[in-house]
Amino acid sequence: MLSGMSVPLTLLGLLEREPSHGYDLKRDYDSFFGRGKPLSFGQVYGTLSRLSRDGMAIAGPAEHGEGPERKRYAITRQGSAEVEKWLAEPAAPEPHLQSVLFAKVVLALMLDRPAARYLDRQRAAHLQRMRELTEQVQQGGVLDTLLADYGLYHLEADLRWIDHTAARLDMLAQEVRR
Amino acid sequence: MTADGHDAVTGGPERIIEARGVVKSFGPTPALRGASMAVNRGEIVAVMGPSGSGKSTLLHCLAGILTPDVGEVWFDGRRLDTLSEDRRSDLRRDRFGFVFQSGQLIPELTAAENVAMPLLLSGVRRGRALAEAGPWFGRLGLDGLEQRRSGELSGGQAQRVALARGLVARPEVLFADEPTGSLDSLSGELVMRLLSAAAREHGTTVILVTHDARVAAYARREVVVRDGAVTSLTGVAP
Repeated sequence: MLSGMSVPLTLLGLLEREPSHGYDLKRDYDSFFGRGKPLSFGQVYGTLSRLSRDGMAIAGPAEHGEGPERKRYAITRQGSAEVEKWLAEPAAPEPHLQSVLFAKVVLALMLDRPAARYLDRQRAAHLQRMRELTEQVQQGGVLDTLLADYGLYHLEADLRWIDHTAARLDMLAQEVRR
Repeated sequence: MTADGHDAVTGGPERIIEARGVVKSFGPTPALRGASMAVNRGEIVAVMGPSGSGKSTLLHCLAGILTPDVGEVWFDGRRLDTLSEDRRSDLRRDRFGFVFQSGQLIPELTAAENVAMPLLLSGVRRGRALAEAGPWFGRLGLDGLEQRRSGELSGGQAQRVALARGLVARPEVLFADEPTGSLDSLSGELVMRLLSAAAREHGTTVILVTHDARVAAYARREVVVRDGAVTSLTGVAP
């Protein structure tokens, strides 16, 4: 499941692909990112109205048809910049990042952005954190080492995932582009 | 150069070794396709990348073991790749140290003789070479193992003997190719702690090839090799 911060930015990223109705966004989100934890409609429409309020997205006129009235949302330039910033900036290296990193990679590939470069940056951020922890190991006592080791092993696992993913980007791109 | 590894003229860090656009093929197979990286004096740099990425080939080119098909290698302000095999061999013996994945100690010799070997090859007399090798046993936690042969050492001990051998002649650059590759994680950690402490103490530049992020974390920065080239983020020394 994605962390709280990822949902609005992921929806915004999906809007960059093409202007969409809430219903279509939910469907796309659920099939790519939901992984068995679908978003509620309330969450989707609530997020869309907040994104509009903040100038990240803009709602088209209400369309009357069968069923309830529908609005098509489009991303704004500011929204696009926000998506770019989020994708390009490495997440703080900490355990249990898998959902955020997963969302970033898939979205970057969908949007034809340089996923390999983002992964390289993430990799550098992880290694930087590992260096800091290794420094603690070298200077500290056994208890410091024990704590630092916990972080080091988790970061190492993330790094392996990053490397595997980087090696498979071409294959992944085919899967998520249309 | 000043004692702390800074350039006396510019005050900036001094570049000690550099590969510029190195291309190297083995038969039809390209191992390096234009790899560039630079290392400052006294830096510990990790060279990382997946198997087959060309990272060991890059290390061998930097160390003058291989010469590039195209491109240049510079060491201490001079071209290294255009030197004769003899001159490169002298350079490797006098100014470089090496540690490889699995020790590669000479099995017929004692641990002390193995450590003393680079000094003996440089023409230092046996008595003095062994005397200089001695303190490394205490420094690397190998006290009492001086007379053992490699078959009588654990993997971690043998690797520490190999590390002492790599450092005994006070090389300016230590090349380490997967130095913990054959060790369990605790022995590997000990080797890396000792390696980085000794390098810092003597101001030794270390170029460390590893696929292991925990080992790379002992370095000050990392250079990532992918498909025979250094990725753009990491190749240049700060």
